[in-house]
Amino acid sequence: RENEGHQGPAPPFSAGTGAAACSSPATAFTFAAFCYMLALLLTAALIFFAIWHIIAFDELRLNPIAQCNTLNPLVLPEYLIHAFFCVVFLCAAEWLTLGLNMPLLAGHIWRCMSRPVMSGPGLYDPTTIMNADILAYCQKEGWCKLAFYLLAFFYYLYGMIYVLVSS
Amino acid sequence: MSAPAGSPHPAAGARIPPKLGGAAAPAGPGLGPARPQQNGPAQNQMQVPSGYGLHHQNYIAPSGHYSQGPGKMTSLPLDTQREDYYSGLYTVPTQNVVTPSTAHQQPGAQQMYGRGPPAPHIAGSTPGSFQGAASSASHLHMSASQPHSSFVNHYNSPAMYSANSSVASQGFPSTCGHYTMSTVSNAAYPSVSYPSLPAGDPYGQMFTSQNAPTVRPVTDNSFSGQNTAISHPSPLPPPPSQQHHQQQSLSGYSTLSWSAAGLLSAQDNLVRNHTGSLAAANNNPANTVADSLSCPVMQNVLPPKSSPVAPTVLSSASSARMPPTANQLVEPVASVTQPSELLQQKGVDSSSTTSSASPMPNSYDALEGGSYPDMLSSAASSPAPDPTPESDPAPAPAPAPAAPQPSKLAKPFGYGYPTLQPGYQNAAAPLNAGLQPGNPVYSGFQQYPQYPGMNQLSSSLGGLSLQSSPQPESLRPVNLTQERNILPTTPVWAPVPNLNLELKKLNCSPDSFRCTLTNIPQTQALLNKAKLPLGLLLHPFRDLTQLPVITSNTIVRCRSCRTYINPFVSFIDQRRWKCNLCYRVNDVPEEFMYNPLTRSYGEPHKRPEVQNSTVEFIASSDYMLRPPQPAVYLFVLDVSHNAVEAGYLTILCHSLLENLDKLPGDSRTRIGFMTFDSTIHFYNLQEGLSQPQMLIVSDIDDVFLPTPDSLLVNLYESKELIKDLLNALPNMFTNTRETHSALGPALQAAFKLMSPTGGRVSVFQTQLPSLGAGLLQSREDPNQRSSTKVVQHLGPATDFYKKLALDCSGQQTAVDLFLLSSQYSDLASLACMSKYSAGCIYYYPSFHYTHNPSQAEKLQKDLKRYLTRKIGFEAVMRIRCTKGLSMHTFHGNFFVRSTDLLSLANINPDAGFAVQLSIEESLTDTSLVCFQTALLYTSSKGERRIRVHTLCSPVVSSLADVYAGVDVQAAICLLANMAVDRSVSSSLSDARDALVNAVVDSLSAYGSTVSNLQHSALVAPSSLKLFPLYVLALLKQKAFRTGTSTRLDDRVYAMCQIKSQPLVHLMKMIHPNLYRIDRLTDEGAVHVNDRVVPQPPLQKLSAEKLTREGAFLMDCGSVFYIWIGKGCDNNFIEDVLGYPNFASIPQKMTHLPELDTLSSERARSFITWLRDSRPLSPVLHVVKDESPAKTEFFQHLIEDRTEAAFSYYEFLLHVQQQICK
Repeated sequence: RENEGHQGPAPPFSAGTGAAACSSPATAFTFAAFCYMLALLLTAALIFFAIWHIIAFDELRLNPIAQCNTLNPLVLPEYLIHAFFCVVFLCAAEWLTLGLNMPLLAGHIWRCMSRPVMSGPGLYDPTTIMNADILAYCQKEGWCKLAFYLLAFFYYLYGMIYVLVSS
Repeated sequence: MSAPAGSPHPAAGARIPPKLGGAAAPAGPGLGPARPQQNGPAQNQMQVPSGYGLHHQNYIAPSGHYSQGPGKMTSLPLDTQREDYYSGLYTVPTQNVVTPSTAHQQPGAQQMYGRGPPAPHIAGSTPGSFQGAASSASHLHMSASQPHSSFVNHYNSPAMYSANSSVASQGFPSTCGHYTMSTVSNAAYPSVSYPSLPAGDPYGQMFTSQNAPTVRPVTDNSFSGQNTAISHPSPLPPPPSQQHHQQQSLSGYSTLSWSAAGLLSAQDNLVRNHTGSLAAANNNPANTVADSLSCPVMQNVLPPKSSPVAPTVLSSASSARMPPTANQLVEPVASVTQPSELLQQKGVDSSSTTSSASPMPNSYDALEGGSYPDMLSSAASSPAPDPTPESDPAPAPAPAPAAPQPSKLAKPFGYGYPTLQPGYQNAAAPLNAGLQPGNPVYSGFQQYPQYPGMNQLSSSLGGLSLQSSPQPESLRPVNLTQERNILPTTPVWAPVPNLNLELKKLNCSPDSFRCTLTNIPQTQALLNKAKLPLGLLLHPFRDLTQLPVITSNTIVRCRSCRTYINPFVSFIDQRRWKCNLCYRVNDVPEEFMYNPLTRSYGEPHKRPEVQNSTVEFIASSDYMLRPPQPAVYLFVLDVSHNAVEAGYLTILCHSLLENLDKLPGDSRTRIGFMTFDSTIHFYNLQEGLSQPQMLIVSDIDDVFLPTPDSLLVNLYESKELIKDLLNALPNMFTNTRETHSALGPALQAAFKLMSPTGGRVSVFQTQLPSLGAGLLQSREDPNQRSSTKVVQHLGPATDFYKKLALDCSGQQTAVDLFLLSSQYSDLASLACMSKYSAGCIYYYPSFHYTHNPSQAEKLQKDLKRYLTRKIGFEAVMRIRCTKGLSMHTFHGNFFVRSTDLLSLANINPDAGFAVQLSIEESLTDTSLVCFQTALLYTSSKGERRIRVHTLCSPVVSSLADVYAGVDVQAAICLLANMAVDRSVSSSLSDARDALVNAVVDSLSAYGSTVSNLQHSALVAPSSLKLFPLYVLALLKQKAFRTGTSTRLDDRVYAMCQIKSQPLVHLMKMIHPNLYRIDRLTDEGAVHVNDRVVPQPPLQKLSAEKLTREGAFLMDCGSVFYIWIGKGCDNNFIEDVLGYPNFASIPQKMTHLPELDTLSSERARSFITWLRDSRPLSPVLHVVKDESPAKTEFFQHLIEDRTEAAFSYYEFLLHVQQQICK
């Protein structure tokens, strides 16, 4: 899974993984470390979300309505969690980390803006989800996110340790 | 809520069981007599050794209602009797024609039937019996020799629609069989009384006798029972020593002889399906005669020739050729007298030679013959002319040519007696028998004749291919800017895939199944280079005149990909076949080894499944998730002030009253009504009430069903109440002041009502829903109607209707929307209820029953079609394609349940679909790809059926070949579908750009890769020469045009139509046909139903073609315009329009008067002919040159420049410019 995840990482995200992080001095020692720890945990959750997403799309062919119904409620929590620790990093003034997360945040916002007309939460419309284009897009999105979260996970781990050590 | 719901229960519960019982045991008043017999045959059936044809075992529930009623077109009765494979008429009647009383004359009587098709009979109450006659005739056909056989049931024919020539033609085949039959029997059993087969004479007599049987179909049933009983035990009829006995055995034969009939029809089907026409028969009687000769028994066929129906007879004869042979092969009937034995031998000889090529010459000839489309089935359909024309072509000439040719053409059986003249007909019967022994003498002929036969075949094919543009022609570079008259004067036909002859003739009719690229590129890279869309256009459930229906215990399918066996599989040996989609090698089941048609064993490749690319299987219970549902119809009617004002209720109720008996269904059919304004009204129609009860539910936030069990009632049990209600409805709300419309809650209630069974909900709505769930706001800004920039609100405003549709779809309920509104009604949102539930959408802008009579008339006609057309319930459609290809996106009204599975709550004959394909893997290791559509549905008779279409296309590796095989019409339709998606998901201007880019890209790709010409000229291959024109037409179509004032609903409706119309109708919408009609002549005219239909040449859509001295008809699919020039000849105006001069023509004229002048007759017959070819009845507008309405007309002249859009020439220049960039 990880291998596969590495195939499709969004280039901008993977670029600055760890090496660049050393440039950020630990301003608020405990808080920054706490942020990274928090992000670590939450990213683990996001990885779970991403895996769930991938599996769901693999099984989509069985019943798009049911799959959309299970997927849709998870979209908003995922986005909120991500947005949440972006805000936390902002508070911690972890600019580089924040910057690395910005593209994904922007992507999430764009997805929310362009979502189909739906009364419920979520993004996925059972009537269009089976279109090959949309299906392929969503699947690719799932793999990219998984890769990103995995890399981010290790980055946060590194960041946390770095912050702890440098203090 | 629970109280009202609960109380009715007991009563309803009590009522229902009888209903079900009625269904299980054939029910229906007046059908009593029929029932036992039905069962009888069924049981007998089981004794059939082969195991074929027992389908009804699985089908207990359905079999019940089949038996009901002679009047209904049940096909089942026939098959219950025994057949395995039959192809039959829809209308098939349950009974065989033979009545005991006429027993003596049986053969004769039957003959008449078969041959007679005089309109009156068909039209009469017993179309069924007519068919029955046909079938019985066919029974007789082989009776001398066969053990048992299949049945001909012309299942699908639109015969139901009444007496038209197609019915007649279907009857014919059997006639000929019949003829032969009688002869044979005569030969075999001299004792047979032969009274009705008068040699030289007179069909007149026969017809009269024919009437007798017709009148009492019911009694006839007994006959069938008897038949089977006799026939089954022993394959061979008892020797005909006694007259009476003889007769019985004859009837017994009928059962026995099914196979002949079946084959016959099968072949016939083959012919028609593929080529769609029997015209050949007409044109080339000699050929057919030869065919008929080839079958030993056929000589007798000749006599009918002298009758007007000859051509058909001939053709059928030809198609029938094989069966007899095969039959005879199988069994050496001991008791048969010598002559017939010889015949059999003969059959043996010839069978091997015949088999493959035999029926084809006719059909291809037919194509060439250039007949006209059949009105009912596929009239509009472009490529394949239909079989109907038979009636006309002079039979007289037929015999003459027949004489010489038989010897040449009879190759298969070598059977032709040069001297065989029509004249000798019946008289020949004995003679015939006598001669047959001599046949061996002629054996030399058998070989010799083959050559001419083959030549003819290939030449006809050659002609065909030339005509439909294969390689050289389709690749001819056309300089678009130079060529002024790009539009051909005859309709554009579908190109034929470049396959070998064998496959070509087996391939699916382009009316049902078309691919945008008839030559499939080998790789996605090649496809990308060609810049052309790859996809399929489907019209899977269209009305067919002929359809082989197959009943067998096992439906043979590939074990890994579940593909149905089809003509394009390869048989590795007798026991194994290789799937053409996934290449898995499968075993041939034991049952499949036996061919019910030829009655031979060990010839799996001759089974009807393998001989026809369009077949229908009767499915077993394996294909059911639940017992087949009954037909259930619910009408949800808007009765708010606005609706009452518009007055549609009168028309609807009247239409319903008229067509109540024609609603497709069986004895279980249920119907219900709901009306709504700001409240919802239910109607209790429970049998036993003295009058309908109206139940009002005003709680629209939480809708409940007041009496769930008595709202949908059995159509037959409550017919009186239903009629009362329909009579009362139009006046019930005349004084209403309620202006609100609670559509959403009404739909929720309808969903609740329908969900236990599924079925069809027809919603009539006249305004924006303004109350409760699903309420909508007006989103249209009238000032933006002609905006050139952004067109908003093409998508739904709420997902309420979509979710409702998905729920409905899950419960097998389709919602059909009739929107009759004068103001904006947000069709974009409302249409969702139909789009995703596989319903259909009808839109009548500015509907008013008096102010807008043309719309009223249109509604009336549409309703007639809507209510009476075929319908399939709880359907799913799966599209499979050869490994390496994959389905990309689907277009149409349905819900996509899986990557290749469409869920269709209802399927109707007017629904079209499109599929985009992509090439996932390289196709280098295969030379052919196949596409298979399987539509599994429950017929209105409660029968589970699978209709399978298989299309085969070659794979090519060069770009030139890809361009050579472009089906430009299919490509345009697919592009239009894609553009609709693009407009909704992105924006209209994106979609327009994409359309233009499609032209630019494909032409530039062609220019840079294939053509060697310089870029200075805009060059397209001949196959693509209409591409820019059609794209321009699309850009000026209501759906995509900008800059011209277009109401949002009109635009959205056009988009809905693009998504759901089949190709033939869609093409007319996109590119109307323009004809000059003030000088119609009979030159090149075709004949339909005794009418002469002139065929004026197509004119290009440009004002330059309009002369002031002329009158022009524009056929836009759903609208006809007749434009009258200022200087139009007064004679024409007077003769056709009924006014003395131009000035006196009124501004609004929607009918052509029935004047007794030649030009009026021609014009009317031409318009009627055009009109009959489509499901939506077009409105006719007579447009004077100076009237304000002429802008409507001129909008369709797409080659001309408008304020907002290019002319055709400018568009070409624009494209050229883009290419050069």
